[in-house]
Amino acid sequence: MRVITATFAIAAGLLVLLGYFIDADVVRTIGSIITDWAIIIGAFAALIGIINLIFVHMEKFRARQPGGMYSVILVLALILTTGFGLLLGPENPFMRLAIDAIIVPVESALMAILVITLIYASIRLLRRRVDLMSVIFLVIAISVLILIMPTPIGQLPGSQQLLDFVNTFSRGGARGLLLGIALGTLLTGLRVLFGIDRPYGGN
Amino acid sequence: MIALGIVVVIALLFIFFIALRRRSPATLRRIPAFDRLNREIGLAVENGTRLHISLGRGNFFTARGGSALAGLALVRRIAERTSVSDRPPVVTSGDAAITILSQDTSQSGYRAAGAEEQFRVTAGRMTGLSPFAYAAGTIPISRDDNVSANIIIGDLGPEAGLVVEGADRQDSTLIGASDNLTAQSIFYAASQEPLIGEELFASGAYAGAGSSHEASLNAQDVLRWILIIAMLGGSFVKLIGLAF
Repeated sequence: MRVITATFAIAAGLLVLLGYFIDADVVRTIGSIITDWAIIIGAFAALIGIINLIFVHMEKFRARQPGGMYSVILVLALILTTGFGLLLGPENPFMRLAIDAIIVPVESALMAILVITLIYASIRLLRRRVDLMSVIFLVIAISVLILIMPTPIGQLPGSQQLLDFVNTFSRGGARGLLLGIALGTLLTGLRVLFGIDRPYGGN
Repeated sequence: MIALGIVVVIALLFIFFIALRRRSPATLRRIPAFDRLNREIGLAVENGTRLHISLGRGNFFTARGGSALAGLALVRRIAERTSVSDRPPVVTSGDAAITILSQDTSQSGYRAAGAEEQFRVTAGRMTGLSPFAYAAGTIPISRDDNVSANIIIGDLGPEAGLVVEGADRQDSTLIGASDNLTAQSIFYAASQEPLIGEELFASGAYAGAGSSHEASLNAQDVLRWILIIAMLGGSFVKLIGLAF
């Protein structure tokens, strides 16, 4: 069974990959069909993921773990929202309200907390690791924040030139990191394509 | 056709290094984060604590899926090495397909260690589909599941800051790596031993996943040098005023 799974996965991967490189309608059509199948299977996977989420939280409640009540609230909210969504449709004003009055404010609040969290993490950086790189990281981060800060007199004199100077290094560094990540992604993809790593069906 | 040629050359280079590494294993340079990871795996088994592996929110329909695949290779090794523990690692992600794959990969690890009965399907969890829902669902795991170390490997955005803060409040170890530059800078500021850039893809090799992972690193090194030489050459050519 595992050999069949691997054969299908490798063949599908190769066909989709070839679709990017070879200008032939047959290969592109097959690649497109496989991608469509993947999207449909992905949608069903989301359903399985949600069922998994319900199981995990019900288990948490059943085992009387800390915060078990929150799990019950989560599952109830999930069932109610899904039920009303199916009955009324996603464009119904009540459903829009569930998004605008609950999801958007909660995510905005988390975003606000994130700002404080990041400032706090930066302050603690030197307590965690005192080395040259950490000092440079912190000095640059604070300098950039000061340089982009709005002031009553507008932009600080010379700030744009300084920002351009700092950005030269940060852009170079970012490109270096992204190139490394691209190479890593390529080699990881090849390992899966060769069937060496088989996250589908195990190895 | 040039792009296809490049992919074929890289594939051949990879195959060459696999053959080479099967004969003589690579000597890997020391990366403190992976030393710590190996120590944490051992400690979790001894102390009866749990490891939490977060695979982020990447999915296979975008270019960000590669980091999740690298994370899955690590999950496989960790599951195998912690199979004797009565607290199996928890794997979280923000994509349903990756959650299913993480369950399957964990099960493979247990099967390879001859302890398939230890596997629990709830060890692989989807905690939320949107960035902040994912963070909100992941934070309680560090608190409620007796987690001693959080290993975050995958695609995350700014919400990584919340996950990191949650781990820090529990005094648990954090090892973080991401293919996203925002998350990368957060991990640099907040983790004890940061992993930089492509070190994320070295996790399998350092966890002992085998010669193919070591061969990947060798191929990456060669390709990186080729890129460096090409960029320096291009700059030089431009400097002397040659145009193509």
